[in-house]
Amino acid sequence: MAPDSSAAVLAARPAAAPARGSAMKRFARRRSTIAFLMTLPLITVIGGLVAWPAGYAIYLATLNRRQTAFIGLENFDILLESETFRSVIWQSCFFAITAVLLKALVGFWLAHMLHHIPAKGQKIWRGMLLVPWVIPPALSTLGWWWMFDPSYSSINYLINAIGFPSVPWLGEPWWARISVIIVNVWYGAPFFMIMYLAALKSVPDQLYEAAAIDGATGWQGLRHITLPMMQNIISITVLFSLIVTFANYDIVRVLTNGGPRDLTQVFASYAFQVGVLSGNIPRGAAVSLFMFPLLAIIAYFVLRGVNKRNQEMA
Amino acid sequence: MSATARPSEMVPGLGRRIGSLRSERRWALWTAYISLIIAAVVMLAPPLYMLLTSIKTSAEIADPSGNPWLVLNPTWENYAGIIGNPMFRGFFYNSIILTVCVVVITMVISVLAAFALARMKFFGSQVLATGVFLTYLVPDTLLFIPLYQIVGGLGLLNSIWGLVLVYPTLTVPFCTWIMIGYFASIPKELDEAALIDGANWMQMLTKIFIPVALPGIIAATIFAFTVSWAAFVYPTAFITRPDEMPLTIGVVSQLIRGDTFAWGQLMAGALIAALPPVVVYAFLMDYYIAGLTAGATKG
Repeated sequence: MAPDSSAAVLAARPAAAPARGSAMKRFARRRSTIAFLMTLPLITVIGGLVAWPAGYAIYLATLNRRQTAFIGLENFDILLESETFRSVIWQSCFFAITAVLLKALVGFWLAHMLHHIPAKGQKIWRGMLLVPWVIPPALSTLGWWWMFDPSYSSINYLINAIGFPSVPWLGEPWWARISVIIVNVWYGAPFFMIMYLAALKSVPDQLYEAAAIDGATGWQGLRHITLPMMQNIISITVLFSLIVTFANYDIVRVLTNGGPRDLTQVFASYAFQVGVLSGNIPRGAAVSLFMFPLLAIIAYFVLRGVNKRNQEMA
Repeated sequence: MSATARPSEMVPGLGRRIGSLRSERRWALWTAYISLIIAAVVMLAPPLYMLLTSIKTSAEIADPSGNPWLVLNPTWENYAGIIGNPMFRGFFYNSIILTVCVVVITMVISVLAAFALARMKFFGSQVLATGVFLTYLVPDTLLFIPLYQIVGGLGLLNSIWGLVLVYPTLTVPFCTWIMIGYFASIPKELDEAALIDGANWMQMLTKIFIPVALPGIIAATIFAFTVSWAAFVYPTAFITRPDEMPLTIGVVSQLIRGDTFAWGQLMAGALIAALPPVVVYAFLMDYYIAGLTAGATKG
C-alpha cells in the first residue's frame, strides 16, 4: 500500500498545486469543526459524567441529611470529630502506603528474576504470574475469604502443618488489616512486574557490559544503572498505584466489609456505608471528598512524571 | 579503567573473574528460578484452591478433619448446580449485554476523539488531552455518590442501562489515551498521501488509521472489556435487584445467603465468572501488555 500511495502523491502533485491556496483555507476552516464534532462524545462523557458529578459532590456535601437545607461544612466537622472516621483516615493511609510499597518491591523483584532467565521461558512464567491480575478482584477475593475462613482456613492448615498455631485472619483487627494488604499485594504485584519488566528490557545491554568491564558488581549495576534508568517509570507506577489503592473498595468490601468493629474501613467502603447503606448521601459525599486533596497532589506528580517521560522519549 | 592502565595486574584478575562470573551466573539463575517457583505457587494458590473447592462435595467441604488441599471424590455437581441456577444465568446474560454495549460505546468515542486529538490541532486540543489523562486518574469511588443521585434522578437505578451510562467513565479516558499514542506514532506521510489522493477525514480514519493502529485498538478493546467485566463499585451501589445484577456483584451478594454457605457452588460460580477475561487474556496477552506498558495503567 505504501508504494502505491507515494506513486499517487507524485502523480497528483502538479495538478494539485494551483488550487492549493483556497482549498487549504477551506480545509482548515472545516478541520476544526470536524475535530470538535469528533471529540464531542468524549467531552460529553468527561463533562457530564466526571466534571459535573465532581462539582455536584461538593454541593451535596454541604447539605443536611434530607438534602433540604444548606449546612456549610458541618458534615466535614462531624466527620473529623468522630473516632470512627479518624480511624478510617489512618487505616486508608496505612493500607495504601504499605500495600503500594510491598507491591512495588515484589513487582521489582519478580521483574528482575524474570529478566534473568532465558527469554524462551519468560513468556510462560509471565503468564502464570499475571493470573491474579486478570481475575476480577471481587471474585478472587471471595477465594481468599474462603481461605481465611475461621473454621475451614486452608492457610491455617498449612501453618499448623509446619507447627505454628492458627491465625485469626479476619477476626482480629491487626490480622484483618494484614489480610487486606496481603490480598491487595497479591492482586497488584503482577501489574508492577510487567511495567518493570518492560522498563528493564529497555535498558541497553551495553551499559551493563561497560560496567562489568569496569569491574562493577551486580549490586552496583542495579544501583547505578537499573534504578536511574527506571526512576521515572518506577515513580509513575507507584503514584498511579497509590491512587488506585487509596481508593480501593472491592477487596475491603468482600473480605472484611469494614469489620471487625469498623477497623478496616477505608474511605471508599466507609463512604459506601454512610452514603448508600445508611442513606446519608451528603455525608457519604463528604467522606469521598476527603480523598480529593491527596489524590490531586498525587495526580499532579503523575502528570509531571508522564510529561517528563514523553519529553525524554521524543 | 585502572585495569587498562596496568595490564600486568589485569591478567590474573581477569582469570579469576571469568571463573567467578560463570558461577555467579549459575547462582543468579538458580535464585531466579527458585524465586519464580515460590511466586508462582503463591500467585496460583488462591485460584487453585477455588478450583479444588468447586469440585468437592458439600460433605467433603464441611468435614474439618481432612486435608483441605486434597479432593477425595471429585464431582461436577457444583458446576451443574450453578449453571442450572436461572439467577446465575441471568447475571451472566446481564454481564454480556453490559460489556458488549460498553466496549462498543467506548471504542467509538475514544477512537474518534483520539484521531482528532492526535492529528487535528485545534483550539484547546492540548488542554483536552491533559483533561483526558486527569479524568483517568479520578477513581470511581470518588464519584459514585453523586452519580448515584444523578442515575437515580434519571430513573436508571436498578437497571443495567444505568451502568451502560456510567461505565464509560472507567474505560473511555484510558482507551483514548493509548489510542492517541498509537495514532500519533503513525507517520504523517501516510495521511498526507491520503489527503492528496482526495480522501476525507473519515476515509482517512477508517482506511489508514484504524488498520495501521490495529494492535492499539485490540489493546484498548481488551482493556474496556476487562474493566467493564470486573467493575464492582457502580453495580454494588446502583443495583439491588437480583435480576438486573451483572456477575461480579451477583456472585458476591446473591450466592452468599444466610449462614450456610454453599461454598462449592460459590467457588464454581466465581470461577465461571472469571473465565471470560482469563480466556481473552490467554490468547491476546501480548497485545494487552504492549498497550499497557505504552500507556501506564492502574493496578
